[in-house]
Amino acid sequence: MSLKTEPLVVNIGPQHPSTHGVFRLRVTLDGERIIDAEMIVGYLHRSIEKLAEERTWTQNIPFTDRMDYLAAMTGNLAYCSAVEKLAGIEVPERAQYLRVIFAELQRIASHAMANGTFINDCGAWQTPLMHMFREREKILDLFEMTCGARLTLNYMRIGGVAFDIPDEFMPALEELMDELPDRIAEYEDLLLDNEILLMRGRDVGVLPAEMAINASISGPMLRGSGVAWDIRKADPYAVYDRFEFDIPVGHNGDSFDRFLVRMEEVRQSVRIIRQAMGQLPPGPFCATVPLNVRPPAGEVYSRIESPKGELGYYLVSDGGPTPYRYKVRPPSLINLSALKQMMIGTSISDAVVTLGSIDINVGEIDR
Amino acid sequence: MTAATAFLSGHQVAERITASLPGAVVEATEGWVVVAAERLVETCRLLHDDAELDARFLALISGVDRYDYFEVVYQLSSLAKNQRFALKVYIEEHEEPEIPSVSSIWLGAHLQEREIYDLMGIRFSGHPDLKRLFLWEGFPGFPLRKDFMTLPEGFKPGLQRFPKEDPESWGGEARVP
Repeated sequence: MSLKTEPLVVNIGPQHPSTHGVFRLRVTLDGERIIDAEMIVGYLHRSIEKLAEERTWTQNIPFTDRMDYLAAMTGNLAYCSAVEKLAGIEVPERAQYLRVIFAELQRIASHAMANGTFINDCGAWQTPLMHMFREREKILDLFEMTCGARLTLNYMRIGGVAFDIPDEFMPALEELMDELPDRIAEYEDLLLDNEILLMRGRDVGVLPAEMAINASISGPMLRGSGVAWDIRKADPYAVYDRFEFDIPVGHNGDSFDRFLVRMEEVRQSVRIIRQAMGQLPPGPFCATVPLNVRPPAGEVYSRIESPKGELGYYLVSDGGPTPYRYKVRPPSLINLSALKQMMIGTSISDAVVTLGSIDINVGEIDR
Repeated sequence: MTAATAFLSGHQVAERITASLPGAVVEATEGWVVVAAERLVETCRLLHDDAELDARFLALISGVDRYDYFEVVYQLSSLAKNQRFALKVYIEEHEEPEIPSVSSIWLGAHLQEREIYDLMGIRFSGHPDLKRLFLWEGFPGFPLRKDFMTLPEGFKPGLQRFPKEDPESWGGEARVP
């Protein structure tokens, strides 16, 4: 006897805990196999690119916090370094080091969040996430100590940073850096051999290296597929060329590999911060830049390695007080280019794991 | 120590394109190379497959509204050779601009072209699923166009926020159509 089956359309989101925001995924199912997947976004669209054309170059910095709100520092850094490149502003050395320290702290915080929610999506409800949050909390305390904010930091300025670090910052950072490697080892002890996590993550959401490059995928996703590409190494910005660190890569390109890459990147970030702490020079923390910066007419594409991937800014200036065009390259959106290919053929329960391992941030997708 | 990414000038890229596809290049400058819209797809195929340029990673597509024409800018890079360059296409038509889609070459172009269509209204012919990305079907107009929301007479977008600005000092008049 043959059974007639009809494809079933299921909406995952926009209100769903595993979508990490207001993201909707419409999957078509045959039994429990996914035969088609489509993403529907725009629930958080604020048209930042249009708003930015009406504000001065400096007034646009807070917008960068509100795109990837889990990695506001790297958003600040990407925008400020793009404007500096366009205007030809020289950044003092101390500011460069502070930027590296804060960008790497932000990477640790963002990866803690990504890995915590990934394990959450795999079924370990809340406990591992709260463990990851413990480390993130200490980093947010460091941010608060320095600039008064915890999430939307608005810390960097065109030409440097807004404030120097307070006296109590370095001892607290030292303590955190001593603690983190042990904590990472603890998580690896708990998680890497965990059978449930391996079964949920291995061979789920596989992304071959060739397709990853073709789909413009960057960051831990690209490295998880085995491509050793990191803009910090390939095209060093700030003072990244002065530090020693490795690029972790995966082999299978599956969800578990992306998780491992993020875990190892935290360790490498600790290495970078330690070196930067040792080399931190005295001096001014911000260049003398007019409040209303006016880059000369021209255009620039500048990119950095954000926790999610290649975060780029394409800025066009006509010499006026506001940007003529302010275009963001959002890694969260572009990393979803191969979503359909990664999901087709897997089961509906794996869709959540695949999406969790991509580490999207809806604030950055929709802008 | 690592070396920075090499930036290929528009002249270098233009030379390479012209060797295989004469007539495709419209203009070349230090920063970018401009290609004729109708020869975009074959040029991109060449850039993607070329051993020397190896533009297998499409970093970004973005549109720029220049009031009387549109620019579409492609930031291309090679991960293996650690180099990058920029490619531009000009669209003279301002009401219903249309250029060929490159999503058959790069999977990464798929979402980016949809975004540009959504916010700037540039149609990409040959795109498999061209529809709005962020806004809903039927949304009036394209927000990133400079003439979106024509404002009452006398109001200049952006400038009224800066009452002390003298528009003459930076040629601000030219920005308002």
